[in-house]
Amino acid sequence: MDNFFTDTPDFKFHLEHPIVKKIVKLKERNFTESEMYDYAPLNHEDAIDTYEKILEIVGDICANTISSNAESVDVEGPHIENNEVVYAKGTTADYKALYDAGLIGMSLPRKYDGLNFPLLPYVMAAEMVARADAGFANIWGLQDCAETIYEFGSEEQKEKYLPRFNRDGATAAMVLTEPDAGSDLQSVKLKATFDEKENTWKLNGVKRFITNGDADISLVLARSEEGTTDARGLSMFIYDRNDHAVEVRHLEKKLGIKGSPTCELVFKDAPAELVGKERFGLIKYVMALMNSARLGVGAQSVGIADAAYREALKYAEERAQFGKVIVKFPAVYEMITNMKIRIDALRSLLYETTRFVDISKVYEDVMNDRPLEKEERMEMKHYMKLSNVFTPLIKLTASEACNKIAYDSLQIHGGTGFMQDFPIERIYRDARITSIYEGTTQLQAVAAIKGVTTSVFLEQIRSYDAEVSEENQILKEKLQEMTSKYEETSTKVIETHNQELLDFHSRRLVEMAGNIIMGYLLVLNAQRDEKFSKSAKLYVNLVSSENNEMYDYINNFEIENLELYKLEEEKVLEEQL
Amino acid sequence: MRPLKIIVLAKQVPDTRNVGPDAMKPDGTVNRGKLSTIFNPDDLHALELALNIKDRVAGSEVIVLTMGPKRAADIIREGYYRGADNGIMISDKRFGGADTLATSYTLVKGINKLAPFDLILGGRQAIDGDTAQVGPQCADKLKIPQVTYVEEILEIRDKEIIAKRRLEKGVETVSSTFPCLMTVHGSSPDCRSRHAKKVMKYKYARTETELRSADEMLISLHQKRPHLTIPEWSVEDINADMDKIGLSGSPTKVKSVESVVLTSSEAKILSDSDVDIENMIKELIEHHTIG
Repeated sequence: MDNFFTDTPDFKFHLEHPIVKKIVKLKERNFTESEMYDYAPLNHEDAIDTYEKILEIVGDICANTISSNAESVDVEGPHIENNEVVYAKGTTADYKALYDAGLIGMSLPRKYDGLNFPLLPYVMAAEMVARADAGFANIWGLQDCAETIYEFGSEEQKEKYLPRFNRDGATAAMVLTEPDAGSDLQSVKLKATFDEKENTWKLNGVKRFITNGDADISLVLARSEEGTTDARGLSMFIYDRNDHAVEVRHLEKKLGIKGSPTCELVFKDAPAELVGKERFGLIKYVMALMNSARLGVGAQSVGIADAAYREALKYAEERAQFGKVIVKFPAVYEMITNMKIRIDALRSLLYETTRFVDISKVYEDVMNDRPLEKEERMEMKHYMKLSNVFTPLIKLTASEACNKIAYDSLQIHGGTGFMQDFPIERIYRDARITSIYEGTTQLQAVAAIKGVTTSVFLEQIRSYDAEVSEENQILKEKLQEMTSKYEETSTKVIETHNQELLDFHSRRLVEMAGNIIMGYLLVLNAQRDEKFSKSAKLYVNLVSSENNEMYDYINNFEIENLELYKLEEEKVLEEQL
Repeated sequence: MRPLKIIVLAKQVPDTRNVGPDAMKPDGTVNRGKLSTIFNPDDLHALELALNIKDRVAGSEVIVLTMGPKRAADIIREGYYRGADNGIMISDKRFGGADTLATSYTLVKGINKLAPFDLILGGRQAIDGDTAQVGPQCADKLKIPQVTYVEEILEIRDKEIIAKRRLEKGVETVSSTFPCLMTVHGSSPDCRSRHAKKVMKYKYARTETELRSADEMLISLHQKRPHLTIPEWSVEDINADMDKIGLSGSPTKVKSVESVVLTSSEAKILSDSDVDIENMIKELIEHHTIG
């Protein structure tokens, strides 16, 4: 039987990272829960064995149910019936399979019927689901909303909503975007008013582009402070679908991820519960929600990239032209090997980031039980700092790379790939959204550039460098050279104190740092497992030339040229007329 | 509706879909050590049917019963992972070498120990022997009605159960009184997957034999959680007659096993004329290929 977990040994490898021991111990409160729950792990080895066994179930469902349904889901898509969303038949079957296997609410504490999984195995599951069907991955991945209720909701709300995920298979949605509030969420208008008579909040207004908008439980960003126009007037609410006060007016017709319903919603006096405190909606809760969603898109992108790579490899090994299978031609095997090494690199960055987020989150959670020791507090802060810049970094790099990999995979399929005969046609379309939603690549650069300006990336690079052993001296020197060029050029830009210039080069600088980080991660992987040696070597060579190109461009860039890039105002106006 | 007690007969079989060259010993018997083992596919369908009834009739109990060597304990664990309430192993070296007659005798002795029960479900046949005899023989020995080739349970009433049978040329709806035995056809729904929490709960389930070579952690865990210990029944436990079990209870003797390799001979090309078609049909009828 095919299995997406067992056919990808990298998952096991990334679960075995030394720091995971700390994460699991904290998450399991030193394994004390096994006294209360007969399904809680007894020790670290038991926990890891459990993760692997559960991921094997996910891998089975992905390989044998979700991926087999992907094509029909793409063709059929969801539709509206009586103002409600009806999923494609395959989508319902996929969700049921995961629900029946107890895989909804994986990271929730046992108290709320969850599996109490750290993020690491959960994100691995998300990667596999996305490899099977990227559109479906959204519906399943929105269980992230439960995390947000857990973090910021009242105890009453937690008890009311959280057990519904695992017990009833509740679906969720994050309802943020509006027609005039996309990347700029500060301008959200949906109105929340407190109804004194009924003693509840009421929501009124329109939301647009809402993934899985007709979910059982929705987290809604709304303006609770009348007369305000900025972020500080926004609060977050829980809306329960059982109240039947939201109409699905329209489903978008899309390029890809067609199985995932993208809804226009009309809230009509919809009763809702405030989450946490008023006015903290965008500045605190949505930011947290977004960060986990961005990590989710990172996982989705790696899953899509892996699916595209495997399709390319399969096709190239079967397709013969000029008397031999096309995988034997340098032009083809180069593309395929580059896909593979990039996936190895991205996956390493994805799980490195996940571990950072895991540690900082688990410390936050432990703080609910006991005060942290001084050392623990410092560690939490350290990993938070890393999470804040690594999360946009993985979102940016993985989403862009999965588009490139899907592009190359379709290219390898030739004309056939352009037809709807092979899965790559769907995968190529599905990939496109990853660099747009949950914050575009350009916005990820704005968030990740802080890693450049505050030297968080550089410090982390240095700490990786200290771990590289002598046998990898050649690669180490190459990476050190890349690092010094990165340092030189980023300092140069920062020291101009010209914000516009920094914005202009931010993506390049972030990508340079990302390439170095992934290079180091592969070298360190190779130190733990030989099989990464090839990827480490080829990847460092590949990105060192990429970085040189960016280095040259930034170094030779004349500030005055910035003006030449700008479109003259008159010209823009003329065009608009 | 009153809750039902359902026994699922399950067998661990060699994974015949992944057979290597050394799958058979020179003497014609199966080289079990060289084959990976799986839950017999039709028996998984039977388990799903049982779990489906449990979903429909609250409070029902599903017990997986298997007869086999030590490693067949995997079948019980697999049953637990997918939702069975209990599992019992019938395991004793003296049961070895049993044909269908001795197997059904042994299983019936085990079933009697579990009586009273409402329903026994088993796969239509096992992929290693393909006999489809064990289920019907058990029903005969238990003197209860049997329904073979079941695809779906249409209705469950207090005193009867109505099932759809998948036959070669159609479907048949039959009803039976309780208790009864049903063999389940592979066209019935696939078994649900393992359940995350059940895997976590039962992954340390072990038979008494397995516990003997287990570490201290496992032994103390079993003391704390007795439900993890899988009961293991021997010849004495089920009060079996030595003459009716194992090799001595098996009248079937394998004379020899041949490996038949079908070689294609030259192809015959026919035209679409009526004469050619008529001749071909006659030939096929003569050879009993059709008709």
